[in-house]
Amino acid sequence: MSFWEYVGTRHAQLLTDTYQHASAVFQCMVLATLLGVLIAVATYRSEWAGNLATVSTATILTIPSLALIGLLIPIVGLGVPPTVIALTLYGLLPVVRNAIVGLRGVDPDLVDAANGIGMSRTARLFRVELPLAWPPILTGIRVATQMLMGIAAIAAFASGPGLGNEIFRGIASLGSANSLNQVLSGTLGIAILALLFDAAYVLIGRLTISRGIRA
Amino acid sequence: MPETTDTTPASGARIHLENLTKIYPGNPTPAVDNVNLEVKAGEIVIFVGPSGCGKSTCLKMINRLIEPTHGRIRIGDEDVTDMDPVKLRRKVGYAIQASGLFPHMTVAQNIGLVPKMIGWSKGRVRNRVEEMLDLVGLDPREFHGRYPRQLSGGQQQRVGVARALAADPPVLLMDEPFGAVDPITRDHLQDELIRLQHELHKTICFVTHDFDEAIKLGDRIAVLREQSHIAQFDTPEAILTNPTDDFVSGFVGAGAALKRLNLTRVRDVGVVEFPTAGLDDPLETIFDRLRSGSHNELLLLDRNGRPYKWLRRGDLARARESLARAGTLVQHTVSRDATLRDALEAVLTDSAGRAAVTGRRGEYIGVVDMATLMNNVHELLEADRLEAIEHQHQLQERRARQTQMEQEGLAGAGGPEGGPGSVV
Repeated sequence: MSFWEYVGTRHAQLLTDTYQHASAVFQCMVLATLLGVLIAVATYRSEWAGNLATVSTATILTIPSLALIGLLIPIVGLGVPPTVIALTLYGLLPVVRNAIVGLRGVDPDLVDAANGIGMSRTARLFRVELPLAWPPILTGIRVATQMLMGIAAIAAFASGPGLGNEIFRGIASLGSANSLNQVLSGTLGIAILALLFDAAYVLIGRLTISRGIRA
Repeated sequence: MPETTDTTPASGARIHLENLTKIYPGNPTPAVDNVNLEVKAGEIVIFVGPSGCGKSTCLKMINRLIEPTHGRIRIGDEDVTDMDPVKLRRKVGYAIQASGLFPHMTVAQNIGLVPKMIGWSKGRVRNRVEEMLDLVGLDPREFHGRYPRQLSGGQQQRVGVARALAADPPVLLMDEPFGAVDPITRDHLQDELIRLQHELHKTICFVTHDFDEAIKLGDRIAVLREQSHIAQFDTPEAILTNPTDDFVSGFVGAGAALKRLNLTRVRDVGVVEFPTAGLDDPLETIFDRLRSGSHNELLLLDRNGRPYKWLRRGDLARARESLARAGTLVQHTVSRDATLRDALEAVLTDSAGRAAVTGRRGEYIGVVDMATLMNNVHELLEADRLEAIEHQHQLQERRARQTQMEQEGLAGAGGPEGGPGSVV
């Protein structure tokens, strides 16, 4: 069976896996973004707290994904929970680091001006600091998404959703007629998804970054 | 007294700083030490001093961007030392160096920020933005939707001032607002500010390290030395002619008399009458006037009454039938609003040492020459000196009274020393 015949006969299964893969990455990314920005906002003002946040999220990233998922299974079981937890944790670092760098990089004169014209702390954060830090944050989100695309494939190890299932099935039945096709379709699917997400980020950047600060 | 008492009720408010002190933790010497200062309503007071003298710190304590360690701040009749700083700052305009505009917001959004925050309706904010752009000399239609990076430095600074004034605060604090623009633009912006102040009568505190800027803008100047000790607080005229000590005179720099010329306009000093004649006057009349007059020269005016040509007696011989070729064309005129310095410049460059003074539409008013200028300047300097000496006497008397009161144990009514330690 050629690769295209395989895709033709299995397209329903492949589409479901692709959708679940995209959906898992997207949702975990939303979670990671919210958490990451929150952590950054809470810590960027203090030297040590910001560094602690960066270092600890970086440490998480050094744990091999297979090992992390393996460690999570006895705690939260199989399926979706370990996938979501692992993906969110891995997605944190780029977001947290870029958000801290972005927030710290806001021109102190502008912070001074914001205070000086009578903005409260929250107003200053939402109307001045976050909008100005948004381009680097978005870059962080973009990098994190690319990373999660690959890591999400490992989630199939814990019976998680997504294209990883294709890959694992192929590897498990090495030598059989369709094993190569399975691995190939899973990998290609992930690559295509990654490209689509990236395109989406470019669009989001266009829509959400003020023309006044767009490069 | 300087001309601070205008006919219209000043829309500014008085600022009163009492024993204002800032001590940073871990530093035994205060950054700002016991500043007492009163800024009258509608007055521009300039804080000038060397870098690091705490003049900016002093200014930032007025809107409590920096919380004072001790002392009280009063604006109008209100003690704002313990007021919610966010509320306070919405009533105090604030303009800083390099404009401090938010780059991700349009010009209109920047200007509309404070009115929006204090809850104006959308329509009112929009109208106000247009009005403010007009006020600072930018075309609302053109600049409304632009982003700060699409503006020149001078335009950004104008928008910065417009933003500071948008909610019509009685008090405006300006922290070296024109420090980052080129000298020509700075000059324009300074003129603009003077014009604005003529319309608005805000109380303005302005920080700069440029003494010439201080002289140009200030109704009064506070010369600060380290820890914001006030070395002298007086009118520019008085500081120029009678600096209290070496520190102030060092800061004033060389050429105080020349700088003094910048402070007086031609309209404030007498101009001399000069024989004139119109272009259409018959030649005989012109001849007669030249022969009979005390001057051996006469100023020929064109049909609109503008200075046109200088005519000497000697020129007449050549004139004969027409005036077309006789005399020398007037090259430099000085407007009534020009400073004495400009007038001096014109007189010095003129070959015969005089310059015609013109009114708003360029019409002839009179003539200035070296003798007039010198007499005027001497009188001015003498008057300044007397005034400065008088101010010093008053200050000494006040100080003497204060020390006396302190010795009698009556002082300290000005607020509990180190009371509510409002450190945030």
